[in-house]
Amino acid sequence: MINIDTPEKIDKMKNGLNNLAKGMLRPIARKYDEAEHEYPQELEVFRSMSVMGKKPKKNGDESKAKPVDDGEFKVGQNLGTVVSVEEMCWGDAALLLSLPNAGLGNAAIAAVATEEQLERFGSKWASMAITEPSSGSDSGSIQASAELDGEEWVLNGEKIFVTCADRCDVAVVWARVKGVEGSSAIKSFIVEKGTPGFKLEHLEHKLGIRASDTGTFVLNNCRIPKTNLLGGDSEKKKKTEGFKGVMKTFDNTRPMVAAMAVGVARAAIDFTREKMEEAGIKIDYSANPNNVSSVLKEFYMMEANLEAMRLLTWRAAWMADNEEENTLEASMSKAKAGRYGTLITQKCCELLGPMGYSRKYLAEKWMRDSKIMDIFEGTGQIQHLIIARNILKLTRNELK
Amino acid sequence: MFGFSMSKEQKMVSREVSKLVKGLVSDSAHEMDENGEIPGDVIQKAWELGASVSSVPEEFGGHGMEDSPIESIIVLEELAYGDMAFAVAATSPSLFINPIRTMGTEDQKKKYLPLYCKETFNAATLALNEPHFGADVMSLKTTAARNGKSYVINGSKCFVPLADQAGHMLVAASVDGENNLFIVARDNPGLTIGEREKNLGCYALPTFEVELKDCSVDENDRLGGSEGCDYTLFIQKTRVAMAAMAAGIARASYEFAKEYAKGRVQFGEPIVNRQSVAFMLAEMAYEVDSIRLMAQKAASELAAGKDVSRSSYLAKMYAGEMAMKVTDFGVQIMGGHGYIREYPVERYYRNARGISILEGMAIV
Repeated sequence: MINIDTPEKIDKMKNGLNNLAKGMLRPIARKYDEAEHEYPQELEVFRSMSVMGKKPKKNGDESKAKPVDDGEFKVGQNLGTVVSVEEMCWGDAALLLSLPNAGLGNAAIAAVATEEQLERFGSKWASMAITEPSSGSDSGSIQASAELDGEEWVLNGEKIFVTCADRCDVAVVWARVKGVEGSSAIKSFIVEKGTPGFKLEHLEHKLGIRASDTGTFVLNNCRIPKTNLLGGDSEKKKKTEGFKGVMKTFDNTRPMVAAMAVGVARAAIDFTREKMEEAGIKIDYSANPNNVSSVLKEFYMMEANLEAMRLLTWRAAWMADNEEENTLEASMSKAKAGRYGTLITQKCCELLGPMGYSRKYLAEKWMRDSKIMDIFEGTGQIQHLIIARNILKLTRNELK
Repeated sequence: MFGFSMSKEQKMVSREVSKLVKGLVSDSAHEMDENGEIPGDVIQKAWELGASVSSVPEEFGGHGMEDSPIESIIVLEELAYGDMAFAVAATSPSLFINPIRTMGTEDQKKKYLPLYCKETFNAATLALNEPHFGADVMSLKTTAARNGKSYVINGSKCFVPLADQAGHMLVAASVDGENNLFIVARDNPGLTIGEREKNLGCYALPTFEVELKDCSVDENDRLGGSEGCDYTLFIQKTRVAMAAMAAGIARASYEFAKEYAKGRVQFGEPIVNRQSVAFMLAEMAYEVDSIRLMAQKAASELAAGKDVSRSSYLAKMYAGEMAMKVTDFGVQIMGGHGYIREYPVERYYRNARGISILEGMAIV
């Protein structure tokens, strides 16, 4: 049945997390934006928490997410995650990306690692290394290589734009197995910091999310144990293994990025509302929008867009929880939220005037932070491409 | 229970209305628009769906079902997918029935509901919009002044659907600055129905200006009696309905343009193989969904008995803006063909303009 009235459980969850974000992330947001790459020690308290909904799970535990239909509403894992992510990003997006042991690599390990790998890496901070200098959106074209030599894999290549590159303990590195053709050759490997031939080359200076340590790794004849092939080599892992399996995780992570965009845009809208009210502008959801001031009309439209962004995001996450195919809806949420998050944060700066341009306030930071949501985890253009292929039933060769 | 997918019953309602619309108006919407008329039997067949009377108690001629804003928006989207003029005309009695059912006194229900909850379609309507610059249904210029045991209404109304056939209409007027609804019979001597209006969209929908000059109505015909009614909630319910219709219009344009673009070959391949066209369609697809989700959100809150001032307002605003965008894209994708009245996308484009301008053309 269609019923998208926000359940009380979610409202409570939001309130709790919002207090956390307000108390722990907001106060240090500016500090770590300016102290680019410096590790926010204040976040240590989060180490054992699973704010991103990524508790490492025991292998074979299939109970994970699907809500049991016993008449009582349970917040599914994906829906719970997007709700949390929105609140935390309302606090600060870069700090959310800096939470210890909550890297993208942790999500991958939690999803597909073997028992033995969980044992070894479950409590480590894991980053995800996919992108290469000449392989961005086209992640099928990666060139980093892996070659089996006895009981070891030998890795070579360069990985860029790795989140948590400095702070992570291990990296999940995507590489192409030599001698295997096509996209099934792409596997992911767990590489520990300190392994000879594995070097953090440098950290990037970015437009926004500066607290997040984005970096470049170089792998030069880096030898890792054979058992570090993520998910192991066994046949029963087939479902989640390989390129397709990893692409599939985008159906869960794209709504997460959409939720990040919602959180940042909401921060900007809330701040703008506060300043408007201080200036005596009354917000009234009844007057004909054509009779209100230009500022108010723009404000209402931003609110409406924010609501649409959130609903698309929640729908995609809810579908994942209910094991419905959601590739299309996941991309829709990211396409809309990425783009409109960018537009909303820009517009808030404009409406705020001097307060929007000054670094004394966070609005300018939100405008910078928001821009990444339309880029990472698949650019807005890639999302449109996926949506278009999906609705038009065109292959990647027909619609390039 | 929280959820985004339709129940079996909701799917059935959606399918049933969709099937009816396909048979009734899909092929004739263009002709109806050109002729400026919806044939009586088309309206009658839609009436037989019973959507307008489903929640009216059986004693007054309805089906006594539970009020369901979600089912209402499902029905409205499908009807408007067929044609907006048809959707408004076929459900216009709801604009009279729904407020009386939910806010009327027992006497008002007894007296008026049975007249309009019959097997045959019997027009009743709502006089809400006003024809002046800066018109706002929340601050009405039409006034009702108490005079002994009656009220005297003065003012002008426009876009009153089916005013020429309606036996009764609800007239929105302010009593000492408070918004109210009054039940007015068409034969009231103080009420004059003007010429049929010629509008940008919905050619097939007969709408009229209505003049109220010292129009005297009995105090018992003030909706809700001496207490008046919850006018704000009433407006909110119409806003949710407008958003639902917008989803239907936008979807119609999106689907038509999509099929066209798949078949239209230029430079040796379907134009849909080009990103410039395909990306427009992608955007249309998620905006249609967004409009619908916004309507669903407000309808869900209505069903839960929550305050919907914000959600209904934003839903209509969003729907007005995005239905315009989507239907504009529909015309643009089809190029010159989109501009020709032979194809429906230009009609969707004209009709969509009404979503943000008009108020109260339907109700949930």
